Amino acid sequence: MMVPLWLIVLVKSAVLLLVVVTTFAYAMLAERKVLGWMQLRPGPNRVGPWGLMQPAADAAKLMLKEDLTPKTADPLIYRLAPFISLLTAFSVYAIIPFGSSSSGTWAIGNVNAGILLILAITSIGVYGISLGGWASGSKYPLLGSVRATAQMISYELAMSLSFIGVLILAGTTSLDGIVNAQVRWWFFVPQFFGCIIYIITAVAETNRTPFDLVEAETELVAGFHTEYSGLRFGLFFIAEYVNMLTVSCIATLLFFGGWNAPLGLTLIPGVVWFVAKVAMFMFFYMWLRATLPRLRYDRLMAFGWKVLLPLATLNLVVTAIVVAFRG
Amino acid sequence: MQSSTIKKNLYNVGAILKGLSITFGYMFRKRPTIQYPSVKKQHAPRFHGLHELRRYGDGQERCIGCELCSSACPANAITVIGAENAPGDRVSPGERHAARYEIDELRCIFCGMCEEACPTDAIVLTPRFEMADYRRGSFIYDKDRLLVPIDAGVGAAPDERPGGIPGDLGRVADIKSTTDVAEGYSATWRGEILKTQRRGLASQ
Ligand code: SF4
Ligand code: SF4
Repeated sequence: MMVPLWLIVLVKSAVLLLVVVTTFAYAMLAERKVLGWMQLRPGPNRVGPWGLMQPAADAAKLMLKEDLTPKTADPLIYRLAPFISLLTAFSVYAIIPFGSSSSGTWAIGNVNAGILLILAITSIGVYGISLGGWASGSKYPLLGSVRATAQMISYELAMSLSFIGVLILAGTTSLDGIVNAQVRWWFFVPQFFGCIIYIITAVAETNRTPFDLVEAETELVAGFHTEYSGLRFGLFFIAEYVNMLTVSCIATLLFFGGWNAPLGLTLIPGVVWFVAKVAMFMFFYMWLRATLPRLRYDRLMAFGWKVLLPLATLNLVVTAIVVAFRG
Repeated sequence: MQSSTIKKNLYNVGAILKGLSITFGYMFRKRPTIQYPSVKKQHAPRFHGLHELRRYGDGQERCIGCELCSSACPANAITVIGAENAPGDRVSPGERHAARYEIDELRCIFCGMCEEACPTDAIVLTPRFEMADYRRGSFIYDKDRLLVPIDAGVGAAPDERPGGIPGDLGRVADIKSTTDVAEGYSATWRGEILKTQRRGLASQ
């Protein structure tokens, strides 16, 4: 009996959604733990053994909070904005492959222009933030969302340029093909600068310290989500973490060989390697947050335009020349 | 870019790496956290905490209602109203005893002056410090809660008592009826009200 395609996709999506949401919940717990350890605190440890039920407690709390809409807000857009953020954050996972076996790639959809589609979808995510800040009808969210827009535009350029080096080396835009092109060596080696640039811009794209100007607590209260409360704030929060997970996945796929095992350790299945690499990146983001202070806004812009963009261009040109000469 | 700018930027990169290594190292340090409600820190031997009114070995109250503690208190936290001891039914060995004795722990600065002023060592500070509550009124500790219970040990100072310091000198739930908690009493004006009462007692 043939199982209809839509059913397969539906089941895969449901499973993936569950996995991503659970990962989000425990990534959040892990972040609080790691931040705690780095600041000589034990982190959350009261709910459940080792604090493992903390995400459930947080979720219950957020759901029970009052859902406020400011009087000056534009009600429709204000209520819609968190869903835009969340939807775009989740929809990226439709095309991210997690592993491969003899029967094919582990992904919901295998798109041949995967990396471009990811760029397109994540760019829509900024609408959630900027519309949310705009529609709140108050000054701090507005400032936060203006910053978000400017920051995303400036860093997305360098980010896309750092992708292109990989695309030249792999000769394909499908994520599958990129990973398969890294069987011999990971693109981390030939694209070292591209990788560094991507990691930096990814931090900026996800609005995390040291580039969290969008929600700079010290100046903007909470930035674009100052007016949000309860579950709507929760949606923004989930979107931020899922985005963090997304950029970790992309970094793994593009620069760290996806599910390819390092040192020929093929005994361990590829998906385990994939998860381990993503976890490593997530840890790196937490580590950065515990270490670096926030940049000043003009420095952030100057760094994006005057340092990252020229470097990314240079990297691209050099890669192109080398590939052209070596055939 | 001049070479000095490049050098500076390289230095900055080095600084970031150094910072990362420091935070990473801190992850494996011993954490000084004491898991407070389940593990309690040993207090200093002469820690100033909640007050207690002591008794003599025969169970009689030490306080003679002299009001010296009240005058010594820099925070005006203590209110004492003394009364004569009835010959047949003595509360304290002296001529007088405290008919009312109240300390507003929200005003108290835990300086211990009352302890020093007291001629009979009646009022002492114990190391108890967990006094959190939901109402202002319940921070006014009256004799019911300050006086050491007979079964907690009499005669000895709190630190030398065989059973140690009682963990709880009276639960809030039990004392709601004793003070003005029920009436939503404002602690700030307590002294004024007691002064009026004292005038009433004196004129009797
Ligand atoms: S400890 Fe100090 S402030 Fe507190 S009641 Fe005694 S004398 Fe007053
Ligand atoms: S506690 Fe001491 S100082 Fe205060 S009234 Fe009683 S005997 Fe006097």
